[in-house]
Amino acid sequence: MSDSNSENRERHWEKTRSLTILVLVIWAIFAFVIPAYAKELNEMSFIGFPLGYYFCVQGSLAAFVVLIFFQNYRQDAIDDEFGLSE
Amino acid sequence: MKTESSFLDNLPKVYGIYTGGFIAFVILMAILEQMGVSAATIGILFVAFTIVIYATIGWLSRTMEVGAYYVAGRSVPALYNGMATAADWMSGASFVALAGGIYFGGYGYLAFVVGWTGGYVLVNSLMAPYLRKFGCYTVPDFIGTRYGGNLARFCAVVILVVASFTYVTAQINASGTIAARALQIPFSYGVWFGLAGILLCSMLGGMRAVTWTQVAQYIVLIIAYLVPVIWMSNKQGFGLIPHFSYGDAVARIQELEPLLGLGTAAMESAPFGGVKILTTPHNAPGGPGASWQFITLAICMMAGTASLPHILMRYFTTPSVRDARRSVAFSLLFIFLLYFTAPALATLTKLQLLDPNLATSIIGKPFADVMALDWVQNWSSVKMLWLSDSNGDGILQLNEFFMRSGIVVLATPEIAGLPYVISGLVAAGGMAAAMSTADGLLLAIANALSHDLYYKIIDPAADTKKRLLVARALLIIIGAGAAMIATLQLTTILGAVAWAFCFAASGLFFPLVLGVWWKRANRAGAIAGMVIGFAAGTYYLVHVKFLGGEPWMDLNHLRFAIIGMPASLIAMIVVSLATPEPDAEMQAMVDELRVPSGKAILSEEH
Repeated sequence: MSDSNSENRERHWEKTRSLTILVLVIWAIFAFVIPAYAKELNEMSFIGFPLGYYFCVQGSLAAFVVLIFFQNYRQDAIDDEFGLSE
Repeated sequence: MKTESSFLDNLPKVYGIYTGGFIAFVILMAILEQMGVSAATIGILFVAFTIVIYATIGWLSRTMEVGAYYVAGRSVPALYNGMATAADWMSGASFVALAGGIYFGGYGYLAFVVGWTGGYVLVNSLMAPYLRKFGCYTVPDFIGTRYGGNLARFCAVVILVVASFTYVTAQINASGTIAARALQIPFSYGVWFGLAGILLCSMLGGMRAVTWTQVAQYIVLIIAYLVPVIWMSNKQGFGLIPHFSYGDAVARIQELEPLLGLGTAAMESAPFGGVKILTTPHNAPGGPGASWQFITLAICMMAGTASLPHILMRYFTTPSVRDARRSVAFSLLFIFLLYFTAPALATLTKLQLLDPNLATSIIGKPFADVMALDWVQNWSSVKMLWLSDSNGDGILQLNEFFMRSGIVVLATPEIAGLPYVISGLVAAGGMAAAMSTADGLLLAIANALSHDLYYKIIDPAADTKKRLLVARALLIIIGAGAAMIATLQLTTILGAVAWAFCFAASGLFFPLVLGVWWKRANRAGAIAGMVIGFAAGTYYLVHVKFLGGEPWMDLNHLRFAIIGMPASLIAMIVVSLATPEPDAEMQAMVDELRVPSGKAILSEEH
């Protein structure tokens, strides 16, 4: 019992970790990669804005909001799957 | 207890009535203005009315229970905790200086906007749910229990106090500035007045009182931020919601910048500090090192967000781990509302000063005409604006117009010619922002000192009454100390804010993250990580800022966590690996905090 229990927890943690890594990769793209290339992206325009500027003032910010809601949705599912939610 | 649960059931109604009441108050003020009541009176009424409301909430939330005082009884629903966190988070700097920073700083400054929102992804994925499961009262409580021992706890307390204290002086400074302007009293009185309001909210009810006042403050500050922007946008023809349509304004500014001689150095310097001319283009990334500057600043602000105790402790107040996560999501959503408005405000304000086609413009206009404007006179008299016809041609040039960055938010309604009631609303919003953050910070410091230093280290036998008495006494002492330093006006509002983030990131980020994510991390490693990270960061700050040292890799004093964090990480890993691994009990504790189910690691009353 205790073995299968700890195995269950280990798999839960593995999935949690993979999800976290995925989230952090997406986060890094919006936080660092896109703003670093703002000049190049400014060549394009989006709803009247230079694209690089748009990401720094709105696009990346909105992406962070969506990303957190997405992560919570996935994490709740993982917790439920292993019977470890409250 | 019964009234408590009925209060929680009725939250939507309570805050619905509150919001309606506030809007009714704004309308009443507008009517009074039409009837000829003076601007000064309306300003006083706005600030006084809102502070009385917060103080009333603070008084109604008074408590003598430890759980309620430290973590609001762990009963705050996710949505409301999101609002409270947003108010806790959005400081006087966010409210007053963010748009001004974008106005002056252009692309480089946008790193703050990205950093202060992106940090929440770190909070959510690395920290909040695990700290909530832990069941701690304060951040040093986590460090002290996870790693064991009073030394680790003590190091965390020291870093917390330094980081939060740096931040809180900036907030009290901001509340003093606003109170001074709205109530027409000297700045030094304004500071003490602001502090009195802040203490009224937090002293009697601790975290519970701060939670419910912060929700109220969020509502005021977001209304106060959005209304002028929407109004101004309508006047300038950018539609009801300017956020998606001000791209043209950005293009127009870029077109005007070379015509107005942007970048020409000023010929004189202002007779007082804090004011500056506009020299940075609105949207020009890609200069030498610009990306490096952007990324390093964003990293410091993000890691700082995820390490600042007054933010993390808000997530200790939710009923469950899942609610802690949900409230991070709501926090960022509510913060986003203001943060994606600030660049719109900065752009529209700049356009209305610069664009000769707009009636409100002043650059390129006859100097005498500009000097005769009411808002120019008002803000010049409080030393937030300075104009000088340096070249004597009788025309105001861009390099002859000096202003403080805070003006962009505070004076925009006047510049745009909106009725004074809007300026009063903005003052109330700025006050709410500065007060709510100062409350959270003061409480974080006082709680760490009373719970971790006094109760856990000095006198573990103290009873509840004595603990709460100590907590309150500390609140007053720290508040008074911060107010005294704020009256000295040592640095600009924003400089001090960035330092707070760097202090927290240098000393606390890796000990917190690795406490959850690396089972092998032990006490010696954590202590080394905190001490060396904090010392390295602080050394670099002193070296660059005060000793005139040569910056390394172009890292200025706002980015010293770029030095502190790697030092902390390396020290923590090396020392952890060089010393024995944590005992089985501690490793089991880490396993336990990684799953949401089961009991909290620390008991309810500890």
